[in-house]
Amino acid sequence: MEYFVQQLINGITLGSIYGLIAIGYTMVYGIIGMINFAHGDIFMVGAFTALIAFLVLVAIGVTAVPLALFLVLLVAMALTALYGWTVERIAYRPLRHSFRLAPLISAIGMSIVLQNYVQVAQGARVKPLPPLIQGGYTLFEGNDFAVRLSNIQIIVVATTLVLMAGFSFLVARTRLGRNMRACEQDLKMAALVGIDVDRTISLTFVIGAALAAVAGLMFLLYYGVVDFFIGFFAGVKAFTAAVLGGIGSLPGAMLGGILIGLIETMWSAYFSIEYKDVAAFAVLIIVLIFLPTGILGRPEVEKV
Amino acid sequence: MSEPAPPPREAEPAAKRLDVLAAVKEAAIAALVAFGLFVLLIGIRTEQGPTGALVFTTRFGLLAEIVAAVFVGRLLRALTSREATVSIGNLVPASLKAAASGLAVYAAAAFVAFALLVPIIFYTNRYVLDLAILIVTYTMLGFGLNIVVGLAGLLDLGYVAFYAVGAYSYALIAQSFGLSFWICLPLAGILAAFAGLLLGFPVLRLRGDYLAIVTLGFGEIIRLILLNWQDFTGGPNGISGIPRPSFFGLPFTAADNGFAATFGLPYSPTHRVVFLYYLILALALLTNWVTLRLRRLPIGRAWEALREDEIASRALGINTTTTKLTAFSMGAMFGGFAGAFFATRQGFISPESFTFGESALVLAIVVLGGMGSQLGVAVAATAMLGGFELLRGFDQYRMLVFGAAMVAIVIYRPRGLVSTRTPSVFLHQRKTVPAAIVQDARAGTETPA
Repeated sequence: MEYFVQQLINGITLGSIYGLIAIGYTMVYGIIGMINFAHGDIFMVGAFTALIAFLVLVAIGVTAVPLALFLVLLVAMALTALYGWTVERIAYRPLRHSFRLAPLISAIGMSIVLQNYVQVAQGARVKPLPPLIQGGYTLFEGNDFAVRLSNIQIIVVATTLVLMAGFSFLVARTRLGRNMRACEQDLKMAALVGIDVDRTISLTFVIGAALAAVAGLMFLLYYGVVDFFIGFFAGVKAFTAAVLGGIGSLPGAMLGGILIGLIETMWSAYFSIEYKDVAAFAVLIIVLIFLPTGILGRPEVEKV
Repeated sequence: MSEPAPPPREAEPAAKRLDVLAAVKEAAIAALVAFGLFVLLIGIRTEQGPTGALVFTTRFGLLAEIVAAVFVGRLLRALTSREATVSIGNLVPASLKAAASGLAVYAAAAFVAFALLVPIIFYTNRYVLDLAILIVTYTMLGFGLNIVVGLAGLLDLGYVAFYAVGAYSYALIAQSFGLSFWICLPLAGILAAFAGLLLGFPVLRLRGDYLAIVTLGFGEIIRLILLNWQDFTGGPNGISGIPRPSFFGLPFTAADNGFAATFGLPYSPTHRVVFLYYLILALALLTNWVTLRLRRLPIGRAWEALREDEIASRALGINTTTTKLTAFSMGAMFGGFAGAFFATRQGFISPESFTFGESALVLAIVVLGGMGSQLGVAVAATAMLGGFELLRGFDQYRMLVFGAAMVAIVIYRPRGLVSTRTPSVFLHQRKTVPAAIVQDARAGTETPA
């Protein structure tokens, strides 16, 4: 029981990170109907940016951890958002009216570019970061097993909740959110009623990348290591989360993220850690077969 | 067509000056963006220090060079792009273009003839022979994937799984039962085809991008199983000592019953390489021939109908289930053949050889070749792997260039190198059509929500 609760806590933490990445997939898919294959690598770029920004801040004398983390968060979000914008501008926008497969192939190319760019620029070895946030609470004890809730887990989940709330507000209440929802329904109609479609799509990529940067920072703090390859698996799992929750749906992305995090953690805890990625992929395949619209998604109407 | 009247002459100098200003502004913005992108990731290099903690060094010189390069590049592009309205493609008269497309037949014949002569021309150059084997292997993989992507229009991102199944099937069967290459080869193909069926069944209902992601997942599952099922596959250590192929029972050794002694030739290790080359060339040509024949059979026409419009083909009574499954298993079978060849050629296989990167490379070959064109695939495989060889000295930049090339090709030449098609079904007269009017791989009429 204690073991289970502990895994539950770990799973929800991991799932929050997946959920933040999944939002980027679900928004882009909702609006332009493409899988932004490079989004996982944007997350990886975010983690690296955060790591380097932190090192620089320490070097110039900002050692108070909360202040440093806040600045790192801002820098990582801004610079990673720039990556999201650039990727859309270079690799996707020229293909807006091309054949259907073109953006996906371009996205795969972009993903390879980002991965190898970071590998060339920063080296292939893993980058460790000493734990910045330590301590935590022991919730309860029993059967020689203490259930612990660490501070970093609290921070990850709390940040995710705050961002989700802010983002939901943005989509539901602001002008930009309204434009995004209009574009999601019909790009051509949205353009006809005077919405700057290009700008809205760009901003969608920017916001998605900024959230991925937060996820990257959380990943860095939670695991303490990053390397150039983390984007691939994180990306596929986050995409699975988006599909599981129902692609196009924001609460769905979060719900899917937490479910994928739980499945992965529970699988590692009770079955085998080697096959945890297989479990995630298997979930993706099963969901797509039996529940193609996801948990909170709308059924897709087939038009001839 | 009524063109808008050209602007009056005297307005030009002013417009030009403004253009320069605008171009400088554009370039400055681009440079600023480049600075933002690269300031941390290139400007600062992190390294693990002697104590294990990270230390960093700055590379602001390099950063400045890159930003300056972006500024100059953007400026030049902004200044020149406005005048360059005449593209080279438009300068070629239409009659010449038509003649060129007729040449494609001869080009294909010349290509095959050259491929047949490679071992004779380069007999003494082991390096070229090895490269040629690699190119033909990828051409064969490209042909196999072309059935799935180019003909049936199903985007498969996990093609490498079938390559892996073929390679491991060959290695395990040949090692455990001591069967010869010629018995194992069809077995490897059949097992890979079964893997194709196994993947095909669950994904039948999926379309477009979803299908792509599921096939990607399937490819990764196969790789992870190969990596973790230690007792069966040897895990990360792979399988070594895979039996080498023999010339219909005559091994390529210096022994008395070897190939060289039987034919009264002096022994040379090149014999085996040449044999391997002709083996894979024969397999690739077989794949090509089967594909071309299949396109004329009802099943091939059903594939192309499925690619063009799934709903319409279902309405016409085509069984989409069997059509998709045959496409998947056909493509998989040829992937399995190629895998068996890979295993026997290397003598050693491990999960390292079957990563997503391989799938992406084969897909890039098919896309670059112009989906559905056999000649295009062969040209693209040659260009891609030849390009890789040119970059051999810059190993770490290889994949970077590869990814960038993939993006650039899709943007500037979305229809691939060979951008004309010869439809399988025609009225009165066979003629080639631009690829733009042929549907692409999407299988279905999914519209973005």
